[in-house]
Amino acid sequence: MGNKQTIFTDEQLDAYQDCTFFTRKEILRLHGRYYEMAPNVVPMDYTKDPDVKLPMQLIINMPELKENPFKERIVSSFSEDGEGSLSFNDFVDMFSVLSEMAPRELKAIYAFKIYDFNTDNFICKADLEKTLNKLTKEELTEEEITLVCEKVIEEADMDGDGKLGFADFENMISKAPDFLSTFHIRI
Amino acid sequence: KEDKEEDESKEEDNGSQQNRASRRKNYQRKNRNGRKAREEGSQKKDRGKTAPNKDQKESENKEKKTTKRGKEGENKQKKGRKNSDIDMPLAMLKEQVEQKKKLISTMRNKPWRMAKKLSVLREAQDFVEKFEGALGKGKGKKLYAYKMMMAKKWVKFKRDFENFKTQCIPWEMKIKEVESHFGSSVASYFIFLRWMYGVNLVLFGLIFGLVIIPEVLMGMPYGSLPRKTVPRAEQATAMDFSVLWDFEGYIKYSALFYGYYNNQRTIGWLKYRLPMAYFMVGISVFGYSLMVVIRSMARNANESTADGDDNNFIFSWKMFTSWDYLIGNPETADNKFASITTSFKESIVDEQESNKDENIHLRRFLRVLANVLIICCLCGSGYLIYFVVKRSQTFSKMQNVGWYERNEVEIVMSLLGMFCPPLFETIAALENYHPRIGLKWQLGRIFALFLGNLYTFLLALMDDVNEKLAEEDVVKNITHWTLLGHHNSSAGNDSTVTPAPLDPADVPRGPCWETTVGIEFMRLTVSDILVTYITILVGDFIRACFVRFVNYCWCWDLEAGFPSYAEFDISGNVLGLVFNQGMIWMGSFYAPGLVGINVLRLLTSMYFQCWAVMSSNVPHARVFKASKSNNFYMGLLLLILFLSLLPVAYTIMSLPPSFDCGPFSGKKRMYDVIQETIELDFPLFVAKIFSYLANPGLIIPAILLMVLTIYYLNAVSKAYQRANAELKKKMQMQREEEKNKRNNKASTNPMLQDLEDLLTPSTKTESPPKQAEDKKIESPNGSSPARKPGRGEALAGSPMAGGRGAAFTPPSPVFVTQPRILGVRAPYPGQPRPWGHPLGPVPGRGRGQPCYPRAAR
Repeated sequence: MGNKQTIFTDEQLDAYQDCTFFTRKEILRLHGRYYEMAPNVVPMDYTKDPDVKLPMQLIINMPELKENPFKERIVSSFSEDGEGSLSFNDFVDMFSVLSEMAPRELKAIYAFKIYDFNTDNFICKADLEKTLNKLTKEELTEEEITLVCEKVIEEADMDGDGKLGFADFENMISKAPDFLSTFHIRI
Repeated sequence: KEDKEEDESKEEDNGSQQNRASRRKNYQRKNRNGRKAREEGSQKKDRGKTAPNKDQKESENKEKKTTKRGKEGENKQKKGRKNSDIDMPLAMLKEQVEQKKKLISTMRNKPWRMAKKLSVLREAQDFVEKFEGALGKGKGKKLYAYKMMMAKKWVKFKRDFENFKTQCIPWEMKIKEVESHFGSSVASYFIFLRWMYGVNLVLFGLIFGLVIIPEVLMGMPYGSLPRKTVPRAEQATAMDFSVLWDFEGYIKYSALFYGYYNNQRTIGWLKYRLPMAYFMVGISVFGYSLMVVIRSMARNANESTADGDDNNFIFSWKMFTSWDYLIGNPETADNKFASITTSFKESIVDEQESNKDENIHLRRFLRVLANVLIICCLCGSGYLIYFVVKRSQTFSKMQNVGWYERNEVEIVMSLLGMFCPPLFETIAALENYHPRIGLKWQLGRIFALFLGNLYTFLLALMDDVNEKLAEEDVVKNITHWTLLGHHNSSAGNDSTVTPAPLDPADVPRGPCWETTVGIEFMRLTVSDILVTYITILVGDFIRACFVRFVNYCWCWDLEAGFPSYAEFDISGNVLGLVFNQGMIWMGSFYAPGLVGINVLRLLTSMYFQCWAVMSSNVPHARVFKASKSNNFYMGLLLLILFLSLLPVAYTIMSLPPSFDCGPFSGKKRMYDVIQETIELDFPLFVAKIFSYLANPGLIIPAILLMVLTIYYLNAVSKAYQRANAELKKKMQMQREEEKNKRNNKASTNPMLQDLEDLLTPSTKTESPPKQAEDKKIESPNGSSPARKPGRGEALAGSPMAGGRGAAFTPPSPVFVTQPRILGVRAPYPGQPRPWGHPLGPVPGRGRGQPCYPRAAR
């Protein structure tokens, strides 16, 4: 482990392990992935918590995210500055939440953020339409989209305000059989 | 003042969970006390380290801890601090340490930014480190660490094992691929095929491991016995190429068929009781199949009831959980897009189907008409088979008949199987059912057709067997006399020389009807395989090639017009599989090698059909979702299993085995082998017990008991179902009610909404906490965690507060470092916050709130 310890101190690694669902090795690998996206910006030495951020454009080109229709949303949900650039902490955080060990409650929170396109803390009809279009590559007709969105609101909206709050969303997603298996990125 | 408070509160320990009012009251004093207490405590602790008196140390810690934690009891504590030995609750400190530990272990579950997590973690760790030793926990630290490590390892191992298990499931990707192109209904066929393959592998292992391999390894070799030798008359053609599909010649006299086995009680140095094993394996094939079919049916039923109210969120789940975030390959992604679109369309079709209504009389008339037509077809095909079988019986009596005459029955059956299903499908278009229901009807009809064919075939076979049985008596005498004559002649000629044994090939034999039956099934299976593959090749592949390439020079559009591409015929394929399995079950007793052939068939057809479906089929025009559990297939399979059990059981129980071939030769009935084993190999009392057990006086009550149990269980399950339905209805009603209530509230209380609106900006400035609290009480929005006041910002220094709700709040470090004026909501300006921020102006307050219970989890 000789040269690897220069990247993080042991305390840092332990802390990361406590804060994420990753093992030491995986954290180092994550750093490797983060580093190789921009070798001249990201330092190899993270012991002093350097303030480095990578822009969204680099991150959404990772093979793990590249095909995901919600990649921009994922990245900006985890970005601390809200503009989509991720520091290494955010980066680790993102993959930790999306790892298969993360509990349903945690995943649900971030899923809600991801699907909430206009970040108004509600999933409204416009968000639903956007989601649907991204999912189907806009192959549904106008009526079908309207129908589906209406159905979703009808099904999940418990308080009748015509949009989904987090409570509605969580209630719905907690019963979904596939949520855990699909909201998951293996890195 | 605010700033001061904030400052103080930062210093204050984080675990405070007291209610806010009292906290406010005691605020200043407590903080002072707290600070003092901390200093004091740490000093004392330092002293305590050196001091040998552990009790004292502990009590001091306790005390310190309470000063931090308790709010109401603060004053009392203050008085009693000096003589701190009294009831300073050690439990409290312990509890807090436990809490911190829990926090550390659940840190990864918090929806906080990483930076905050890290800082909170550091604080919590420091805390634990500081006080854990004091609690005496440190002693067992090594053991504890070891335990933790083992627990972690165990979790990892379990995960790896799960991964390994899922990786062991074959063809997952292949099926996924098919699924993404053709929808879940086509995939359900392939899943069924895979399941079938698994079952057959087990049967294969059973039969090969316990019957065929022992026979090959330890049994008498080929040529040692008449039954293991090709008769002289057949030897000339025994090596012809045609034996491969005729199953004559050497294959007929091999371990693949019943007749090859010897009736020796034990074989080899292991004293393996082969006849016994043969019988038991024959039974356990059925036993295992029954068990596995019923078990999987039960599991499917369980699964379908487990998520009972899944009808509530069809679209929502599709919308939010259908994208598989694991996908990282452009092609798969395209498939996924296609399959999601498909599944949305499926659901839309379902949806529209449910609220469609039209001319019901016309529909009824058409449905009746369709059924009449189909019954006509079935009768016609039944008669045709009957006619052909009759004819074949006359053919079989004639000499040198042609190839067609010999195989007429098989050909007619194959043709019927090929042309009737499409005909049914055409007729079914009249009915205009929903595709899923239509599929079931179609399956039922084809099932009836196949069943008729199969049973006609069986009846013909039965006739054959009876004939052979009659023939056998004659042959038996001939054999007897031949052997006797041979012995006499050799004995008469020269008594000193041992008689040269008669060559086994020359011994006259009986017809051995068991092998004949086995061969019939073998042939049927092979011809079925060939027909299936050729149909796929011609009907799908050649057609697709033709449509694809001739389209360039044809007068009309072949792709859109008449021949077009084939659709994947789910019902036909499923039924083919089911019936094939029925034949395997029926035949495996008389042809143990049949299962091996079937395993090969399933293996090849997995690849072949996957390829065919991907290369030359088009998705159904009306895509639909397979019904959640494929219990319908399983039901068909169970029926077929039962139907194929009947003839086998009949032959075992009531027909005498051939006298000169098979493991049971020489016995009156096949099951005599059990009696024999019991009598010879078990102590006497076991035989007695068995004879008692076989007494009808015991069996009839046992059956009665079983029937009664079934009745009782059935009644119980009905009752549960009713209760279930009742509960579901209640839940539904409650949900509706709640909805209505909310609706009313929203509409009748515009005042409240205004208030909320007003409140939103006020969180940035100085919102009177009282107002916020009032609002909280008024609007029972709190059904959700997110709307609870606990969602208030959790500060970096407060691990206990701010549950998951904090996820919605902008990055918290901002709060800590920046002056309050900049505002809590800086990144999301103007977001509506109907639940307000009840804790008032200062973000730091949030941590004083009762934490949302789940956050602690």
